[in-house]
Amino acid sequence: QVVWDTLGNRQFCSYKITTKTQNFCRNEYNLTGLCNRSSCPLANSQYATIREEKGRCYLYMKTIERAAFPRRLWERVLLNKNYEKALEEIDENLIYWPRFIRHKCKQRFTKITQYLIRIRKLTLKRQRKLVPLRRKIERREKRREEKALVAAQLDNAIEKELLERLKQDTYGDIYNFPIHAFDKALQQQDAESESESDAEKEEDDDEDMDKREFVEADDSDLSDFEDMDKLETSSEEEQEVEEEVEKKASRSKSKGKTPLKGPARRKRPYIEIEYEKETEPATKTKAA
Amino acid sequence: AGDGSGAVAEDGEPPASARVLFPPTFSVSEIKNKQRRHFMFLRWKQQQRKEKLAAKKKRRKEREALGDKAPPKAIPKTIENQRVYDETTVDPNDEEVAFDEATDEFAPYFNRQTVPKILITTSDRPRGRTVRFCEQLSTVIPNSHVYYRRGLALKRIIPQCIARDFTDLIVINEDRKIPNGLVLSHLPDGPTAHFRMSSVRLRKEIKRKGKEPTEHVPEVILNNFTTRLGHSIGRMFASLFPHDPQFIGRQVATFHNQRDYIFFRFHRYIFKSEKKVGIQELGPRFTLKLRSLQKGTFDSKFGEYEWIHKRREMDTSRRKFHL
Repeated sequence: QVVWDTLGNRQFCSYKITTKTQNFCRNEYNLTGLCNRSSCPLANSQYATIREEKGRCYLYMKTIERAAFPRRLWERVLLNKNYEKALEEIDENLIYWPRFIRHKCKQRFTKITQYLIRIRKLTLKRQRKLVPLRRKIERREKRREEKALVAAQLDNAIEKELLERLKQDTYGDIYNFPIHAFDKALQQQDAESESESDAEKEEDDDEDMDKREFVEADDSDLSDFEDMDKLETSSEEEQEVEEEVEKKASRSKSKGKTPLKGPARRKRPYIEIEYEKETEPATKTKAA
Repeated sequence: AGDGSGAVAEDGEPPASARVLFPPTFSVSEIKNKQRRHFMFLRWKQQQRKEKLAAKKKRRKEREALGDKAPPKAIPKTIENQRVYDETTVDPNDEEVAFDEATDEFAPYFNRQTVPKILITTSDRPRGRTVRFCEQLSTVIPNSHVYYRRGLALKRIIPQCIARDFTDLIVINEDRKIPNGLVLSHLPDGPTAHFRMSSVRLRKEIKRKGKEPTEHVPEVILNNFTTRLGHSIGRMFASLFPHDPQFIGRQVATFHNQRDYIFFRFHRYIFKSEKKVGIQELGPRFTLKLRSLQKGTFDSKFGEYEWIHKRREMDTSRRKFHL
């Protein structure tokens, strides 16, 4: 009583923490966490708590008789691992004790066992490992990335690569661009019928079939592998399929940037074929 | 102090007469007063700049005067020029490398025996951005499937994937609602690469007017993978895409390595003429930085690491790169 009047409520208690709405008690032997007359371990001469160490729960008790011996003040009882048996042990130890303390002890014990179970369950699952970032390093990496991006000049690099592949004929005959020889040949063929040019196209298709391969170009040149791939034999079925594909593609070369779907594609060429027969150079300027 | 500053100002001018003894000159850094020191320093800087400009003009006049006989222009130094020579740079005609690559884990892919089938997943509880990124990524990579992970352990997923014939597994790690890591592992016991992913742009954030990527198989461009390590990573990326690109689709996926940062872009190209090509960016973009490469499948404890990025050892020189 005296302790509470002096220490607890009025003067300074080093375990007391005040917040806007409530007072907390930081004492490790406190049963609830609050700073009350009934749950202050300093103010009550008969007190009990549950504490757990390394996964085992202990019941700590303090009685008046031992108030003079601080070293032997708190008596410790190991509780059973079994939940129900432990509750019975608490009851039997705190048998003539005030209801409040008994009740609160059991509540606290329940809470503790629950969180111990949770810990055990979580450790079995995968844990998220938090790796701390280092600000300086993060900033450095970000800056270096920006500079690398600028130095890379991605668009130019990609365009160059694509043009090179075009030159090396990896696309076969899809794109009919007027290379000078081709130009002259075309001017000669302009007067001739279209069936002959179709026959030429087909021949070209057969020749270029072998050059189609998977393109993977490093600057360090997997050229060896490109050669290996070029030697693969192409089946007849592939040729037929690719012929059709190429014809479709060559018809649709002067399209815009958005590729249309299959049936829609076929509509346009019906119109364009007429142009091709009459004025071939005209379509080429369109494509260019 | 006024005299001192006066003496410094006349530092650049030649002495009026050789016999006059000048007081010992102060260098700019010896002035104790910060404001005055700053002022003097600025003045010195301006002078340096003027001199440099004058020198440039002179050089240019000389060059014009010489005309054709002028010496060639000096090549500016760039980081790529000054790069520390890496001993593991692959020589195109290296037989050992060729042999290695013929027998490594990607050989069946490059011999066209396997078709890539890819599983894309995330870490637990992915948030909106990551989910959308996964979807976009799956449209970019043909033959890929997105599965969400609800607390499943990776080690248990992997045998299931192998049983269902997946060739590659991509795990996108997320932190604070943005994707920031990528684990790419080639499944039938293949190497696992762990990247840090940064500057992810979803399709709607890219300024373009194109449509979505179609179902055609895109081409692949791998740029600048020069060293041995870079080579193996490059092959890993290549093995994600089916071997036969469909040129009708006119789509190209690019992995460009620059100073150890791998930039991924996805474009649609069109040849406007023989020497001009237009590209239009569609599809997500991101940059990767390699953190580690493991020999087997994903295993953080017992895995055999082929390469880890060790900051203290590897980040010491600004001109040394590993990919």
